[in-house]
Amino acid sequence: MDISKEKLEWIYTTMYRIRRFEETMLEQTFKGNSMGVTHPSDGQEAPPTGICAHLTDKDWIGSTHRGHGHCIAKGLDTHKMMAEIMGKATGQCGGKGGSMHIADFSKGMLGANAVVGASIPLAVGAALTAKYRGIENESVGVSFFGDGASSQGVLHESMNLASVWKLPVVFACENNGYAEATPSWYAVSADDIASRAEGYGMPGVVVDGMDVFAVYDAAGEAIARARAGEGPTFLELKTYRYHGHFHADVPLNYRTEEEEKYYHDRDAIKSFEKRVTEQKLMTAKKLKSIRDAIEKEMVVAVDFALNSPMPDASALYDDVYVNYSNPIPGLR
Amino acid sequence: MTTQKSVNPLGPGYEGVPGEEKRFRDVFRDTLRAEMIRDEDVFLMGEDISGGFDKETKEPLDAWGGPFAATKGLVQEFGPERIRDAPISEAGFVGAAVGSALTGLRPVVDLMYFDFVTVAFDQLLSNAAKSRYMFGGQTKVPLTLFARSGAGTGHAAQHSESFYSMLAHIPGLKVVVPSDPYSVKGLLAAAIRDDDPVFLINDKKLINLTGFVPDDEYVIELGKGRYTRRGDDVTLVGMSYTSIACQQAAEMLATEGIEAEVIDMMSLSPFDEDILLESVMNTNRVVIVDEDTPRASMASEFAAIIADKAFDYLDAPVKRVTAPHSPVPYNKGLEDAFIPQPADIITTVRKLLGRE
Repeated sequence: MDISKEKLEWIYTTMYRIRRFEETMLEQTFKGNSMGVTHPSDGQEAPPTGICAHLTDKDWIGSTHRGHGHCIAKGLDTHKMMAEIMGKATGQCGGKGGSMHIADFSKGMLGANAVVGASIPLAVGAALTAKYRGIENESVGVSFFGDGASSQGVLHESMNLASVWKLPVVFACENNGYAEATPSWYAVSADDIASRAEGYGMPGVVVDGMDVFAVYDAAGEAIARARAGEGPTFLELKTYRYHGHFHADVPLNYRTEEEEKYYHDRDAIKSFEKRVTEQKLMTAKKLKSIRDAIEKEMVVAVDFALNSPMPDASALYDDVYVNYSNPIPGLR
Repeated sequence: MTTQKSVNPLGPGYEGVPGEEKRFRDVFRDTLRAEMIRDEDVFLMGEDISGGFDKETKEPLDAWGGPFAATKGLVQEFGPERIRDAPISEAGFVGAAVGSALTGLRPVVDLMYFDFVTVAFDQLLSNAAKSRYMFGGQTKVPLTLFARSGAGTGHAAQHSESFYSMLAHIPGLKVVVPSDPYSVKGLLAAAIRDDDPVFLINDKKLINLTGFVPDDEYVIELGKGRYTRRGDDVTLVGMSYTSIACQQAAEMLATEGIEAEVIDMMSLSPFDEDILLESVMNTNRVVIVDEDTPRASMASEFAAIIADKAFDYLDAPVKRVTAPHSPVPYNKGLEDAFIPQPADIITTVRKLLGRE
């Protein structure tokens, strides 16, 4: 396996951070500390981790309402993320975005986006900027979206544009089997969403989205293609969300226990641990030290978020515009 | 389409300014060109803007000069990377424009007909207008869009809308409506240089209009209106083409001894509240003329502001002359009846002044 030790550690740290962030976030949500709706992504750690392992801060990603994993894999600070979900002034967006709109432009994160499919052309636009500036080799766009968004027209328009304009984009479709409660066997007209890529003149690859190594390899090829100026690639990452559509989506009577067990048995983190220890790439001790550090990080993140101040009331009027001359009281 | 002369926009102080009579469409194109020369991050995107490709060489052909000749000659000068012809997919390419704006470019999008904005509306509303606010001010969206509005050219229900208020309603978006060659030069340059998303709505009836345009580059501050005629008897408020209709009505009213003051709003979001109130406090009567349909329109918004802040100065009810609450009809007679005409304005003013 040609993954460096440092990269393996990063992958494990990132997947475990996503898992524990989602579990911790849910605990806080059920304690009433979150100010709104949250969409946990635990179970889906492999796709963002295996893809973002190839990216730097100069690369851009678009994300979804289920975006915490994308944020973490792109290097966002979990303290500020937790504070944002609690609506605090110290949050990533000053408490004005919430769980569904976490963004960090300094990290190449174009923002979680709560209209299904709406962020897809943004990543295409980021790739257009890279092509315009002639920096495709160091700045590509990755669009994360789900099986639900695969039915949206804007995805198809974006795929056509990216192909016609030969843009450095990766379309990363995380097919977790459900759009809210609606199964993809009902709503998706093809067995594999990736098969649609052919119609847009780009490679379409079906990937085991529970296996971070498979994701890492497929993403590596797709991103290398983009950086080489060879245009877009479509990846369909077959994965599974352990929780419901949103935090209060219980019981999950639209899914079977057998199906849930099937995916839990193929858990991305457990599979990783088994493989790296069997192949003696990482020690059990090292894995535990990473887990321990993440546990501490979560305690500190919750503490930071709980003890952070609320936004000032005047924030209501801030940043609607860069500047606006109309005398609307308070508006800035 | 007949060639009309624009209202004199310049007024006192502009005598001797170097400039010449130009057509609206030429000024539009020249301003795009000037802004592209000024800033290499400015690029254009839209359907058919490179006008097809040569059958043999596959090079951009510029067959028509783009929709309404707004981009004529530009693809030869700037090349297909900066004059980026887009497949017919408004949601996709407006979204890509937003993405490029979020990552440092200054895209200018030609949406062709204003009616097509609805196809791209989610990208405009949910991404262009909201990104700065919902991400806590960490980004900006320096995006300009333009499209042709307005009835009067036989384009019928789906190519003729003037839904100004639909866009002005959106926090985070700015909306401007030039009314002549002078204002399109200053407003388009200001829109492209602005760091917020700006939508320039261009009434088709103005495209062949000619008028005096100063040679020097200039910008018109977004949110400012202007007087195009001074008078003490009644205020006529126009926007886009209705500013021309107001001016024509005012000239006819003058022959009856009624001196109307005419305001051309130029910007709809932000808009110039001060000029509205100042004029109404002077004339004590106001007629707002809007080609948009009346419900929840800019005419209604201006009326509400005047009623709220200048109530004590009013000698008569605030009147609105608008299109009817209907789609735009095709038949020429019906279409003319749909558009607020100078005759409609004159009738309203006479009633307001008790001179029927």
